[in-house]
Amino acid sequence: MTGISVAFGGVAALSDVSITVEPGQVHGLIGPNGAGKTTLFNVACGLVRPDAGRITWRDQELRRLRPSRLSKLGISRTLQGVGLFAGLTVLENVMVGAHRHAKAGFFSALLALPTADKDDRLLRERATAALVELDAEAYAGRYPGSLPYPVQKRVALARALVADPDLLLLDEPASGLAEDEMHELGELIRALSSRMSVLLVEHHMDLVMKVCDRITVLDSGKQIAAGTPAEVQADPAVTEAYLGDAVDVEADAAELAGTDGGRSND
Amino acid sequence: MSEPQSPANARAGDELIEETPFTATAAANAPSAQAAGGRSFLPKSTLLRHLLILVLSAVGAVILLEVTDPFTNSQLASLTYYAIAAGGLTVLTGMNGQISLGHGALMAVGAYTTALFLGVDGEPLPLPVIFLVAVAISTIVGALVGVAAARLHGPYLAGATLALAVGLPGLALYFRDTLGGEQGLRVRAPEPPASFTNFIDLVSGNPASGTKWLAYVGVICLLITFFLLANLVRSRIGRTWRAVRDQEVAAELAGIDLGAWRVLAFVVSAACAGLAGAVLALVVRLAAPSGFTLVLSLALLTAIVIGGLGSLLGALLGSALLVFLPPFVTNLGGDFGLDQTKAAQLAPFVYGVVLIVAMIFAPAGIVGTIRLRWMTARAKRAVAGRAAHGG
Repeated sequence: MTGISVAFGGVAALSDVSITVEPGQVHGLIGPNGAGKTTLFNVACGLVRPDAGRITWRDQELRRLRPSRLSKLGISRTLQGVGLFAGLTVLENVMVGAHRHAKAGFFSALLALPTADKDDRLLRERATAALVELDAEAYAGRYPGSLPYPVQKRVALARALVADPDLLLLDEPASGLAEDEMHELGELIRALSSRMSVLLVEHHMDLVMKVCDRITVLDSGKQIAAGTPAEVQADPAVTEAYLGDAVDVEADAAELAGTDGGRSND
Repeated sequence: MSEPQSPANARAGDELIEETPFTATAAANAPSAQAAGGRSFLPKSTLLRHLLILVLSAVGAVILLEVTDPFTNSQLASLTYYAIAAGGLTVLTGMNGQISLGHGALMAVGAYTTALFLGVDGEPLPLPVIFLVAVAISTIVGALVGVAAARLHGPYLAGATLALAVGLPGLALYFRDTLGGEQGLRVRAPEPPASFTNFIDLVSGNPASGTKWLAYVGVICLLITFFLLANLVRSRIGRTWRAVRDQEVAAELAGIDLGAWRVLAFVVSAACAGLAGAVLALVVRLAAPSGFTLVLSLALLTAIVIGGLGSLLGALLGSALLVFLPPFVTNLGGDFGLDQTKAAQLAPFVYGVVLIVAMIFAPAGIVGTIRLRWMTARAKRAVAGRAAHGG
C-alpha cells in the first residue's frame, strides 16, 4: 500500500501512509490510540475506500477492493473483538471461514446431491484441522456465546486460518488475553509466518517487539517511523509519540495537579 | 463491529447459560454439521435421511387425509398453502434475518398466474407445468424485490415489503379486463385423474372427491417444498445465510457476498410463496384481491413466530394453528352461549392473545423453546458428568 490517505469529513485519519508486507514476514503496525491503525486495516480490507493511494497485491493493483473478494485473493482478517457468528456452532463458524474452498453450488444443495454432502465433509475436515491446530477442537459442537473469551479468540483465528490465506491481517489478537496466552499467541504467529505473511495491529509492545520482523509506527494518521523492532525502539520520534517528551509530561502533570488535584488518578 | 463481550463475563462454568444468545431465532440454529461423535439412527447421507423423512411424512399425510372427514380434508388443504408460504418465509426471516410483509403479494402473483393459465380457452396446460410457471414468475418478482431488499434492514425492509403487500393487489383493479378487478378470477380446478381415483379406492375406499384431490395436490406440493427447503437449510447454503444474519462484517471477510446471498434467500422464499399462491388459487377456486390483503402477510409472519423462527416444523405448526384455531374458538364461543357473530369475532382475539403469550413466555416459538430446553438439559448433564468424573 502506498500513499494511502483517508479523511472522515474534515478529519484526516490517514495521510500518505505507505506500508509493504514482505512475503513470509510478520509486520507490526503500532501507534497510540486514534493513530489510524484500524483505519489502515479497513482500507486494506476494502471496508474503507481511500481518498488517495494505491493498494498493490502480488504486483497487481487492487481497484475497488470489496471485502467479500478478499478471501479469494488469499487475504484473511480477524476482527477487533471476535465477531463470531452467535447462532452457529464453533465448527460451523470455522466452516464458514472456509467458504472460498467450497465447490458445491446451490442446486446440488437444493437436491441434497451426494456432491454437496462430500463438499461439506471436506469443509468439515478442513475446519476440524484448523481447530485442532489452535487446540480448540473440544469446543466444536458448542455455541460461541458460552465460551470463555480466549477460546472465542482462538476460534476467530481458526476461522481466518482455515481459508489458507497468503496474508493474514490480525487486529489486536492479544486483547483480553492473559500473559501466558499471549506468549502462546506469539509463538503461534511466528510459526504461521513460515506459511504466510502477517500484518499485525497490537497494543502489547512486548508481543510486537518479539514477533515482528518489521514495524511501522503511526501517529495521528502519519507514518512516523518504520524499521526493525530495534530501530523503531531507538527512534526518538516513537518515544515522543508514545510518551510525549519529558518536559511536556512534567508540565502536563503539574497542570493536572493544579487544576484537577482533587480527583484521584484513574 | 466488535462484540460487546468482555473477558470478565467469560468465567469457566458458563455452560448453563443459554447457548444460543439470539433467543428469537433459536429454532433456526440446529447445526448443519454435526461435530464428530454424534450418534444417530438416521442415515448419514443428507439425501437418504431427508428422503426417509419425506416418505414417512407422505404415509402419515395419506393416513391423516383418509381417516378425516371431507371438511377436515379441505381444512388440511388450506393448511398446505399456509405452510408452504410460511416455510419459505421462515427461511427468509429465521435463517437470513430479513423480514417480509410482502409475502401475501407474492402469493397473489402465484395465484393469478395459476388462474390465468387454468382459465385459457381449450385444454389448459398440465397442472405441474402451471405450478412451475407460477413459481417461475413469482421468483422473478421476488428477485426484483430481493435486489431492493438486500440493501435494506429491519423496519425499512418491513416498510418496503409492506408497500408491496398493499400495492400489488391493486394491479388487479388496474388491469380489470385481464385480472378481473375486485371480483377476481374464478379458478377452474382440473378434474382428478383416473389414477388418483384408483389410488384412493385402493387405500381406503373413500369417495375420491374434488376436495380430496385438491388436498392431495396441496400435500404433494408441501412435501416437495419442505424436502427442498430442508436440504437447503441443512447445507452450506443455510449455514451461509445464518452467518450473514449473525455478523455481516465477519461474513463478508470470509468471502461471502452479502447482497447476493440475501437476494438468494429472498428468491427462494418468493418461489415458495408463488407455489403457495398457486395451491391457494386451486383450493379456494378464486384469485381475488380480497384474498391477498396485508392480513395474509401478517398471518404468515405470526405463524412462523409462534411456531419458532427458522424452523420448518415450526412453520407447519404455526400454520396449523392458523387454520384450526379460529373454528375451534368459534365453536367454543358457541358452546358458551355466544351468538354466531360474537363467536366469530372471538377467533382473532384469541389469536392475538396466543401471539402475545408466545412473545412473552416463549419468544423462541414452539420449536425454539423445546430446542433451548433440550440444550440446557444437555449442558446440565455434561456439567454433572464432568463433576462426577473430575471430582
